[in-house]
Amino acid sequence: MRYLVTIPALLMLALVLSACGERAEPESDVPVQRWNLPEVIFTEDGRPDPSILAPVQVLHRGNGTQPQGLDPHVTEGVPSSNVQRDLFEGLLSRAADSSIIPGVAERWEISEDGFTWTFFLRENARWSNGDVMTAEDWLFSFRRIVNPATGSRFAILLNPILHAEDIIAGRRPVEDLGVRVIDDFTLEIDLEAPNPLLQEVLTHSLASPVHRPSIEAHGDRWARPGSMVSNGPYMLEELAMQSHIRLVRNPYYWDNDNVIIDEVIFYPTEDLSAELMRYRAGELSWTYEVPNTQFNWIQANLADELAVSDWLGIYYFGFNTTREPFNDPRVTKALSMAIDREIITDKLTRFGQRPAFAFTPPGIPGYEPPAPEWAAWTQDQREEHARALLAQAGFGPDNPLRLEIRYNTHEDHRRISLAIAAMWQQSLGVYASLINEEFRVFLNTRRQRAVTEVFRSGWIGNYLDPMYFLELFFTDNPQNDVGFFNPEFDRLLNRAARAADLEERLGLLREAEILVLETQPFAPIYTYVSARLVKPYVRGWEPNVLDQHPTRFMFLLRQDPVRQGAD
Amino acid sequence: MTTPVSANSTPPLGSSFDHAAAASGRSLWHLAWLRLKRNRAAVAAAIILGLIGLMVIFGPLLSQYDYATPHWERISAPPSMETGHFFGTDSIGRDQFVRTMYGGRMSLMVGLVATGVALVIGVAWGAIAGFAGGRVDNVMMRIVDILYALPFMFLVILLMVVFGRNILLIFVAIGSYIWLDMARIVRGQTLSLRQKEFVEAAEALGVRSWVIIWRHIVPNLLGIVAVYVTLTVPKVILVESFLSFLGLGVQEPGTSWGALVNAGAQDMEFAPWGLFFPAAFLAATLFCLNFLGDGLRDALDPKDR
Amino acid sequence: MLPRYILKRLLGAIPTLLILITIAFFLIRIAPGGPFDEDKALPPEIMANLEAKYNLDQPLVIQYFLYLGSVARGDLGPSFQYSDFTVNELIAEGFPVSIRLGVSALFLALLFGVLIGTIAAWRQNSRLDYALMGSAMTGIAIPNFVLAPILILLFAVYAGWLPAGGWGGGAARNMVLPVIALALPYMAYVARLTRGSMVETLRSDFVRTARAKGLPEWKILGKHSLKVALLPVVSYLGPAAAAIITGSVVIEQIFGLPGMGRYFVQGALNRDYTLVMGVVIVIGLLIVVFNLIVDIIYALIDPRIRYE
Repeated sequence: MRYLVTIPALLMLALVLSACGERAEPESDVPVQRWNLPEVIFTEDGRPDPSILAPVQVLHRGNGTQPQGLDPHVTEGVPSSNVQRDLFEGLLSRAADSSIIPGVAERWEISEDGFTWTFFLRENARWSNGDVMTAEDWLFSFRRIVNPATGSRFAILLNPILHAEDIIAGRRPVEDLGVRVIDDFTLEIDLEAPNPLLQEVLTHSLASPVHRPSIEAHGDRWARPGSMVSNGPYMLEELAMQSHIRLVRNPYYWDNDNVIIDEVIFYPTEDLSAELMRYRAGELSWTYEVPNTQFNWIQANLADELAVSDWLGIYYFGFNTTREPFNDPRVTKALSMAIDREIITDKLTRFGQRPAFAFTPPGIPGYEPPAPEWAAWTQDQREEHARALLAQAGFGPDNPLRLEIRYNTHEDHRRISLAIAAMWQQSLGVYASLINEEFRVFLNTRRQRAVTEVFRSGWIGNYLDPMYFLELFFTDNPQNDVGFFNPEFDRLLNRAARAADLEERLGLLREAEILVLETQPFAPIYTYVSARLVKPYVRGWEPNVLDQHPTRFMFLLRQDPVRQGAD
Repeated sequence: MTTPVSANSTPPLGSSFDHAAAASGRSLWHLAWLRLKRNRAAVAAAIILGLIGLMVIFGPLLSQYDYATPHWERISAPPSMETGHFFGTDSIGRDQFVRTMYGGRMSLMVGLVATGVALVIGVAWGAIAGFAGGRVDNVMMRIVDILYALPFMFLVILLMVVFGRNILLIFVAIGSYIWLDMARIVRGQTLSLRQKEFVEAAEALGVRSWVIIWRHIVPNLLGIVAVYVTLTVPKVILVESFLSFLGLGVQEPGTSWGALVNAGAQDMEFAPWGLFFPAAFLAATLFCLNFLGDGLRDALDPKDR
Repeated sequence: MLPRYILKRLLGAIPTLLILITIAFFLIRIAPGGPFDEDKALPPEIMANLEAKYNLDQPLVIQYFLYLGSVARGDLGPSFQYSDFTVNELIAEGFPVSIRLGVSALFLALLFGVLIGTIAAWRQNSRLDYALMGSAMTGIAIPNFVLAPILILLFAVYAGWLPAGGWGGGAARNMVLPVIALALPYMAYVARLTRGSMVETLRSDFVRTARAKGLPEWKILGKHSLKVALLPVVSYLGPAAAAIITGSVVIEQIFGLPGMGRYFVQGALNRDYTLVMGVVIVIGLLIVVFNLIVDIIYALIDPRIRYE
């Protein structure tokens, strides 16, 4: 016995693991009262009563990956944007529920022909060093975004502005940009075509203003503590790479009196399991995401801290329609129909994602995403129809369809790709092999449209406009990875882009979406939800489809010293 | 030698190996075998390893499930004799027992093949360098020194990024890095064997060099090679699991112990069986290989006991 | 003699580093995808603007020599991903973290490894020996990406004694768990090595003589035998140091520590060419220096070795 040293070691491992396992069980039956919080009382002016607020107002936010940087014109990605939204304020801004509210512009007017927007700026808007903000600052900022020398990755968002497209491509000087200073506090923007959704673009973090003197003094290194001057509710205090970014209150912010949280610290949290541990240990009060793989545990133990809401994003499988046999709509339609979306949302993703049949997710005001008729069928009917379609296309038991699914390395994509491969095999007799690629390799092969056959993808809206989704299938879009080509579709999109009337625009876009859904160059799977854990004492935020949560509206409740049943 | 490095960094397992005894033929092997049999830890380890090997090969036959089919109604189900999921199911409802066995095949195969690659290169390189001596030896060992200072794990990660998840590549990448140890040990052994009478006699008789290497040197290296193999296989298995952790491992639906352990660790509180079974197999295998390796080394070292 | 020897060794490292830079440079460049590929495809004009900004529009060989030139001047270039920073700045932040982590883990592994190994050898083939070596072996048998979350769960989440992650400016509290998780496998190796050579040393003539003279046991173990028995452990330190630095890639990721290892993996995934190269060069240098230190220590312990 004493020689079998392996046994005690394995037992040790087993003990450790079973200890972990047992922990979860009792807690799942009896919900533990974790927090003893006062009720939220509001004073007459709609602000939370000071007596219920925590004495220390510091928010610890999990924030996904390390932001690329904090220069709003150069960087991209949700983690950067989250920080930039606290640091900067655009002409227009978003409320806690993500509705558009005045930002630095107190009000704005649109000319009758829809070509010119006039913005009236707040005279009390200040930079974080006390400088007054004027229309000149905006002119400088917009020109900087479209200037090719800036190297802005998403300057094209400003394409609706007159000449922006040509300037970005280097065909015109930046001075030609359709932005004019009328006086210190009045700014005019001329458009290429009337576009009722310009206001959506202007709330994007890309359209943030930057402080000219500090950029001229510090060059590329201006976006750092000590040299960054911003105009939002917070300013940059500390930037520790891969560790944290600390923002503190900007005393010159025009609405500073209504900001309650004094300090917000963003942490990079790439490893979702590790983020969950840090949340449970009380080091984070707001997570970036939750690991789908731990749904059961969270449901059993932290259900009341789980915040889930619809998110403006679509998860889909694209088909490379420039390749045989995916250029045959019967094949792509059959493959799309044979996916049992409910199994994926109920068994795999589980956080309340909804099965999707259109490309544009629900949640855009005034737009009802179209659905193909088979969306209303039962799964059995869909599969039967799919087999018939595939047979018409020449595939059957004698000549089975073989294909490759590519996905980038991620636990969720792995599971969903496996599931879809199994569904195609079971209902259609299709042999699907899986290829897992590292993200950049994946993007590269997908974009080349050569070897890729079927690929996993997702698209998340930055603002509320179906165009943001549908332009993915515009013939010349470098993003058109499915290789969709339909001149009628392009015409509809072009007409929509020039429609002055919002209703007309949305109508044309819907027509275009019906067109693209007819051939199914992609299989929509589900619409996203944002799911995160939030400590119950963090209040003032509201769920919204853009998943944007400015710290400026949040506050922390006082916790009574007695914590019942806490670990 | 120009620097003390090469001499110093020869791993210790060569240092206690007695060359004279190694060269003296059959009775050594017999003695070693007797000594090994007396080492009950090593014997137990060998038996457990044998059992794991058998299970990994024949285990899947015991199950009604295959390793790739998901069962939607049984996601993350606990182990149960009734359903036939002896080790439970994974997060998309695949049978964890069969997957653990398949994962074992992959891990052991990676371990053995990569070690094999290392062995071929290492033995050839070390024997040639040691036998040729002089400038050839000097140049060859300088190359080994240079390669030794490369951060190989980093280069393997880069390779994986460049060429994707190719199993063959995993073998080659790992194997092409661990042969360095082998080359050094073999060279040291060869150097001393070269001084022995039977080698000198063969040379005097005009036997060609490669024949001497193949007939006289290599057979005498077998002992140390055996030790080296049992101690290298677990290292390789660990490297593979490390690559799996970084998401650079085997393609789905294929799997390895490393990949299973990594997936299991994602949900270890709610479904601890997902982690426990593959981890237990992995740990037991690494354990036994290490014990067996230690036992072999003791058995082949005549100074012992 | 020593300074000349060190100089000679450092000069000898130059070809190593050149080979390393060359392999890594071309490997990362042939990887599909570039630093500016994102989920949202960039319009060709913008892509051209960016490539011009970073010299990526030049032929690869020219880029290679440009890079070698700037490395020779000590400039590792700008980071593509973290556009506000240069690689020098990023490494200056990450390097101390990795080093503190690695050196602490190495120290811990040595201290306990030698202790466990010595005790096990002293009571060879006893229950104590098997128990000690058996538990040391767990360190080898359980990958640290499994061990680390278990440690976090037990000591941070359940017990609440230690932080679950983060660097905290290098506070001791934050270092405990990552250092333990990082050190365990190496502690096990050190324990095995120590035990092996200690067993041998204890059987040697001079120990027998010492025992015959009636010297106290602790003196025989601690003073006479250990110095000899440590030789293989010291020669293991070079590779171990390299491996610990590599191993910290996992630990840094799980504990969210701002070290170099994380930059490497992310740099490779993001095709941040300059960042990847910078980390590879620093690690290569580090290994060279570690090997040199090990050789010097070796010579100090073993007087038979002289510098040529």
